[in-house]
Amino acid sequence: MNRRSGHGFLALVTGAYLLWSLLPVLIAVLFSFNDSRSRTSWQGFSLRWYFGDPERSVWYDDSLQTALVHTLRLGVLTTLIVVPLGVALALGLDRWRGRLPAGANFAVLFAFVLPEILLAVALLFVVTTLVTPLQLGLSAQVAGLVTFQLSYPVIIVRARLVTIGPQYEEAAVDLGASPLAAVRRVLLPMLAPAILASAVLVFADVIDDFVIVRYLSGDAATEPTSVKIYNSARAAPTPALNALASLMLAAALLAVAVGFGVYRYLTRGQRTDTQELLV
Amino acid sequence: MPDAGTRPSARPGTRLLWPALALPGMAWIALLFILPLYVVLAIVFGRMDPVFRTPLPVWNPLAWDFSQFTFVLERIVGEGGYFGPALARTGVYVLVASSLCVLIAYPVAYYTARYARRKALLLTLLIAPFWISYMMRMLAWVNLLQDDGLVNQALSFGGLFPGDVNWLDGRSSTVVLGLVYGYVPYMILPLYAGLDRIPAPVLEAARDLGASRWEAFRRVTLRLSRPAIVAGVLLTSLPMLGDYFTSDLLSGSPRTSMAGNLINSSVQTPGQTGQAGAFVLIVLLVALVPMLLYIRTVRDPSAVRS
Repeated sequence: MNRRSGHGFLALVTGAYLLWSLLPVLIAVLFSFNDSRSRTSWQGFSLRWYFGDPERSVWYDDSLQTALVHTLRLGVLTTLIVVPLGVALALGLDRWRGRLPAGANFAVLFAFVLPEILLAVALLFVVTTLVTPLQLGLSAQVAGLVTFQLSYPVIIVRARLVTIGPQYEEAAVDLGASPLAAVRRVLLPMLAPAILASAVLVFADVIDDFVIVRYLSGDAATEPTSVKIYNSARAAPTPALNALASLMLAAALLAVAVGFGVYRYLTRGQRTDTQELLV
Repeated sequence: MPDAGTRPSARPGTRLLWPALALPGMAWIALLFILPLYVVLAIVFGRMDPVFRTPLPVWNPLAWDFSQFTFVLERIVGEGGYFGPALARTGVYVLVASSLCVLIAYPVAYYTARYARRKALLLTLLIAPFWISYMMRMLAWVNLLQDDGLVNQALSFGGLFPGDVNWLDGRSSTVVLGLVYGYVPYMILPLYAGLDRIPAPVLEAARDLGASRWEAFRRVTLRLSRPAIVAGVLLTSLPMLGDYFTSDLLSGSPRTSMAGNLINSSVQTPGQTGQAGAFVLIVLLVALVPMLLYIRTVRDPSAVRS
């Protein structure tokens, strides 16, 4: 009796929290389908802000379309670089003992908790005061994002390596495999779910990134959606801005859904550890 | 024939394999993480070109010039310290917002870990904000809080309130609520992970030994979840220290500017590069202890893995 009322209250708090947390975003998505310029009063359903309006819809407004394409480009490029780099680093740091790898491990964790703006300003200084191959725009943005995201695959893969243990690759080496072959043919397949999880996390995080990509963008052509939203949110935007944000949300959810499906396929028959996907 | 007892790491091939795998990543960290932090120091403690107002970094620490840094410090604590209020405000906002985050996140995480029946669904909904960009979540509130927005419409609907509040014209309460809304998901997950790990038999034992429900919660659950609370507070307050966009979007007024706003406005002003670097250094120094604390909890296997 007493017990019931106790967690009834908790259930109420949780429900209220979920409503507060998700409803505003759902309303913002809803208004991207509004049939008028207003973002506050509903005038009926339409797709004009996606492609109906010949000037201001996401499809026809060049600046919005550029932002969308650039965001996806950053997401794909960063994920392609960060995942192999991070997985190799995780393997190396996990098995290589010494001061140097311990220091590198510390740096990875340090980068994970460093407020993003500090790294963004530091990288901006590097690009603007040193002579480097990096240019403000795509190359600097990708370099910055890779640095900031590198800790995800390292932390996730290392957590998985701890549960795998060294015995499988030891067995492979004892059976005559070279160390590299043992990594490639024994460890990597076992790590596949963790690698996939980190790729999804990195991609979804990169397409939402704001601080690094804003400071390291060269001009309007290299400003992704998050910067577009920041620039125009307070300047009487049309629901096309909501449409742009909704498309990014759809891209992130799609990546997560596909990733989750493949994850389930890879780990079929195993006890799935949801914790792993949550980080 | 390899001896079954030798560990593979003793072989020369393996000895080289691990460093070789780690090397590209380590080089990346050295060049694009450690070096940039040093560049910040070289610029803060460097000089400025008197004509072009561009920074002249000084690479040799022995030749460092502290005038730019003391210039900023004097404007924080001195008489006309116009940077001081923003830094103090950051402290207050972060404190209030983090406390609210704990108050909201703890019951939610507790319910999810202990009582929830459809746990997978609930967790999915709790993680959902991670996949929604921060900017979109703020945009959603900008829409709702417009003068003619849904919040004011809802307030005036009952006729109880006039419903003409200008939420977005520089209110601390709006900015703090924005911070809470933005960062509370980062609190819920480590809390959930920590609470989920507390074995139910421990609580049953406490109850069997005569503790009341409240006492069992206070003396067992709360105490065992302390590392998770610490991790959650750090995960939410560290990014708040560098946040400038929440204040920009939900207020846009200097009355609510935070440490991040100081960095952001000086980064974008020509001739204030050294000042921007000094703010970066100050925030880094303030964040250093919490950062090290978090790294320690992550490394300690008995504490929360986040």
